[in-house]
Amino acid sequence: MAFHEIKLTVNGGLEQVRIPSNMTLLRMLRESLALTGTKNGCSAGECGACTVLLNGEPVNSCMVLAVECDGAEVVTVEGLAGDQQLDPVQEAIIHSGGVQCGFCTPGVLISSRALLDRNPDPSEEEISEALVGNLCRCTGYIRIIEGVKEAARIQTARS
Amino acid sequence: MFISLTINGDSREIETTPSETLLSALRRLGFHGVKFGDEHGLSGADTILLDGRPVNAGLLLAAQAEGHKIATVEALGEHPERGWRRTLGLHPLQQAFIETGAIQCGYCTPAQLLAAKALLDKNPNPTEAEVREAIAGVLCRCTGYLKPVQAILRVAAVMRGEAVEPIGNELGEWLMEHGKPSADSSPLTMNYSPSSTITQVAPKVLVAPETRPYHTVGKPEPKLDAVKLAQGKPAFTADMEMRGLLHAKILHSPHAHARIKKIDASKARLLPGVAAVLTWQDIPRVVYSTAGQSDPIPGPLDSFSLDNKVRFVGDRVAFTAAETPEIAEAALKLIEVEYEVLPTVLDVRAAMKEGAARIHDEPEYVPFAVCNPAKNLAAEIRIDIGDLDKGFAEADEIFEAEYVVPKVQQAHIEPHVALTYWDEDDRLVIRTSTQVPFHVRRQLAPVLGLPVKRIRVIKPRIGGGFGGKQEVLVEDVAAHLTIATGRPVLIEYSREEEFTASRSRHPMRIRMKTGVKRDGTMTANEMYILSDTGAYGCHALTVTGNTGQKSMALYVGDGEFRKSPNIRFHADIVYTNTPPSGAYRGYGVPQGFWAVERHMEKIARALGLDPLEFRLKNAIRPGEFHPFSTAWNEGREPHPEIIHTVGLEECVRQGKAAIGWDEKFGNTEWHVRATRQGYAVASADKGGSPLRRGIGVAMVMQGTAIPYLDMGGASIKMNDDGSFNLLVGATDLGTGSDTVLAQMAAEVLGVPTEDILVYSSDTDFTPFDKGAYASSTTYISGTAVVRAAQQCADRIKVRAAKLLKLPNYETIQLSKKQAIALDGRSVSLTEIALDSLHHSDQEQIMGVASYVSPSSPPPFAAQFAEVTVDTETGAVTVDKLVMAVDAGIIINPLTASGQIEGGMTQALGYAVCEEMVYDEKGRARERDFGDYHIFRADEMPELETIFVETFEPTHPFGVKAVAEIPMDGVAPAVANAVLDALGINVNENPVTPEKVWRALKQLEGRS
Repeated sequence: MAFHEIKLTVNGGLEQVRIPSNMTLLRMLRESLALTGTKNGCSAGECGACTVLLNGEPVNSCMVLAVECDGAEVVTVEGLAGDQQLDPVQEAIIHSGGVQCGFCTPGVLISSRALLDRNPDPSEEEISEALVGNLCRCTGYIRIIEGVKEAARIQTARS
Repeated sequence: MFISLTINGDSREIETTPSETLLSALRRLGFHGVKFGDEHGLSGADTILLDGRPVNAGLLLAAQAEGHKIATVEALGEHPERGWRRTLGLHPLQQAFIETGAIQCGYCTPAQLLAAKALLDKNPNPTEAEVREAIAGVLCRCTGYLKPVQAILRVAAVMRGEAVEPIGNELGEWLMEHGKPSADSSPLTMNYSPSSTITQVAPKVLVAPETRPYHTVGKPEPKLDAVKLAQGKPAFTADMEMRGLLHAKILHSPHAHARIKKIDASKARLLPGVAAVLTWQDIPRVVYSTAGQSDPIPGPLDSFSLDNKVRFVGDRVAFTAAETPEIAEAALKLIEVEYEVLPTVLDVRAAMKEGAARIHDEPEYVPFAVCNPAKNLAAEIRIDIGDLDKGFAEADEIFEAEYVVPKVQQAHIEPHVALTYWDEDDRLVIRTSTQVPFHVRRQLAPVLGLPVKRIRVIKPRIGGGFGGKQEVLVEDVAAHLTIATGRPVLIEYSREEEFTASRSRHPMRIRMKTGVKRDGTMTANEMYILSDTGAYGCHALTVTGNTGQKSMALYVGDGEFRKSPNIRFHADIVYTNTPPSGAYRGYGVPQGFWAVERHMEKIARALGLDPLEFRLKNAIRPGEFHPFSTAWNEGREPHPEIIHTVGLEECVRQGKAAIGWDEKFGNTEWHVRATRQGYAVASADKGGSPLRRGIGVAMVMQGTAIPYLDMGGASIKMNDDGSFNLLVGATDLGTGSDTVLAQMAAEVLGVPTEDILVYSSDTDFTPFDKGAYASSTTYISGTAVVRAAQQCADRIKVRAAKLLKLPNYETIQLSKKQAIALDGRSVSLTEIALDSLHHSDQEQIMGVASYVSPSSPPPFAAQFAEVTVDTETGAVTVDKLVMAVDAGIIINPLTASGQIEGGMTQALGYAVCEEMVYDEKGRARERDFGDYHIFRADEMPELETIFVETFEPTHPFGVKAVAEIPMDGVAPAVANAVLDALGINVNENPVTPEKVWRALKQLEGRS
């Protein structure tokens, strides 16, 4: 097994990691960097529980090799909140009741963040579209979508 | 770099760095049985076997292990029950250590086991001396080594196929002398003689007539936690693995007194791997006390996590947290500090003088009771009982003398250690080696800016505390750094930090003045203490108060004086620029008894009285008031308190017989007939040998918990199989309190002790308990446990009556896991449990109770010492220590005698060798176990424990305290034995060769 030294930015901080060639971004985040907010749901890119932002785009981290991330910028759910307050998507989903078991929540939050970054005022349809890759078995999605709508309002109010 | 080696039979290739120690590598790989005890291999807690030989893993580089075979305790044996997989079970050594009570805190146990294994592998038939030598490199501060030595000798015998005395319930029965306390003081039958039958482990117990035969109370049950400790399981604070863990270090002050003019951490923060550096500028300034005590803290609030002033060499200047301990250490060196050095106060006698430097000038200072920081006065005590002047006026003789006691260290083998992290609820978890988890939570909340409810304190197993961990000493450091970084932080003190920057026993100068009639009636007794609290006032009032409250209460006088004793106890507790004093087992009382018992001995001899009779004539008796209870209660309202049980006379009778007092005391022939290796047998009449023997005694008392204050809680719930979870806030620090509490619950519930699953000391899960101090757990927490168990028992009986279709439940007995009716019909606890949880009228059978006591019944003891003194060098060798103790009813003779043996061993250090000394700049001389000697296995005298039971009516099983009292009388008994041997008085302990030699020269000069 070949090992590689890569450098990348994770949640704003520079990380230098030694990883084997076959390690996924998901495993590197969870095992090398102890960022366990990102979840493994299927290891096949189907459930979206492992969604992270890679250079601003939501990706399934189980489908990305860590070596591909040399020089990249990664944001996980741990990087959403600022020092003083939660991200609007976090605050809103807590109040909307969009969290039941909470296992898919980190992926949902990342996808929602990506959506609001490119579209600060999305329609319900656009929200559903943005979350199509995030399976949830608990909520029936209604309260998650309500949450994202509320997040958009909070974000606008804050800005 | 990669190295190849064999660990516990498995060939491994491991990655390491050239500088990593083998200790660090093994622990990193999950072999947590290997422990850190000190930096220099002197504690031996890091012992492993390298190619079968015991070595210090902390002194080897991992790279040096290349190609070698390493064995750790994990390979010795494993728990016999591992589900469906059969195991070989525990190694006979592990089994023996568990059964004999050789494991107390268990921190040094893995090392002792490996050292023992190495011995038995090459010598299956070792002598006691060989066993002691084999484990001499592993220091133990809990046991006094007697039980580990016995365990090893038992195993050796078993492995040779020889029979050994059983340990177990039968043993408990036959060792006891049922009926009234016996005047027959001959050694017990069954070949019991501690010096020869070393494989016999249970002590002699004289059973009180009021007690009943119980099924588990009074039995030498193995400690419940011993099985995991014997396997080296990751049970201690530092054994928890956390991802992203940071390591914390503290920058300590090089000056005894200085103001920090400027502090710049910018270079340190830039060092790669550093996660945070905190100085006083970075955290809120919150005044608090580090003394772990109930609210309100009975002492001044005079400490800050970090301050702009340092008050002793070793005081805190800054904290660092980094990826490795080495980086954290390196960062310390990059912190630039500019000090304005201030004048110091190092001698207590100078502290209150006009013009002395003021140590506490901070405006936030909060005084308690009489307290004056402008005069360096941390606390003042003025207790006057009766009419002292009248008492002295009625005396025929008045004796005055001054006594001095030094600063000494608790020296638990596990250093202070704490691990903090934010849990997933953003609550701060503090996993810490503490005696006071609930006080840690309450006292740190304001310091950290968190409400109490957002902090959870977990106490795992503790590697010894002895009062040192009744201090909130390092938890705040890790917590501040976790708050700063968001990451888990581990802080583990080095041994040097234990000596320079922790707590210690208060040094004191004690003046005694005693009025006595010629017949030996004491008419007045006065003690004045100048006590040194060091740089901070933690425990200042209460430790020194306890000194008088216990040691001056033992002798009340006789006749009319007994009815109205004349006692004065005054004390000034002052600040100096030395490391703070604090709580240490005995809590001020050993200091007091050094003075009182030296003084009593001298008075008896001056008046030509028998020292034992003189003491007993004046000692307190059952039915009398505790004299101090009418006058003082740690600055709170006093509550007069009657002492119900005093077994002192029987203790004296038993102890005298065990040590052979009548044949030896004052026997000149015996004094000179001393021999030691290297000297020829001297002829008695010529006194050819330079060796002299002597024998001495001290009588002592302690207390049991703080009345009207100390509270313990317990809850018990019944499980499906009729087992019970017992949750207690009580803090087992190696003493065996979990086991003793389980025994009391098991007794009430009619189940074996192993059916009680104890979980202790977690502020989220267990009821409150004030913690492990003041010798209170068996008494206070024990009563709470008994009450909670009784609630469970009542519900069990109600349900049993229903199942058995009986009209009432009161006559049902719980025994052998059955509820048994008077007519002999029974139903098992398992059936009752299933019925209650699943079948009908479902309910959770559980009980919750707490207890606070209106009294603090004192245990009493007579402590005897036999010594040999070398008149050429002044060296004192203690040959034998006997302690006959009335600690009420003994719940578990193994754990109780373990307390006595270990306590006597610490006290022996206090008597002859332990002291901490500071130079003219306030720098510590003792910084490791090389300079600060604690007794090793091969240096120990013979120890003998005798329990003289009394039934204390204020406890359901009649118990009193046992943990602290062994500290009290060893030092004065040893010095009194030296007086007996040579006619010289050493008033300043420890009794070192130098002091003895000087006193001898003085004596020769006079004659």
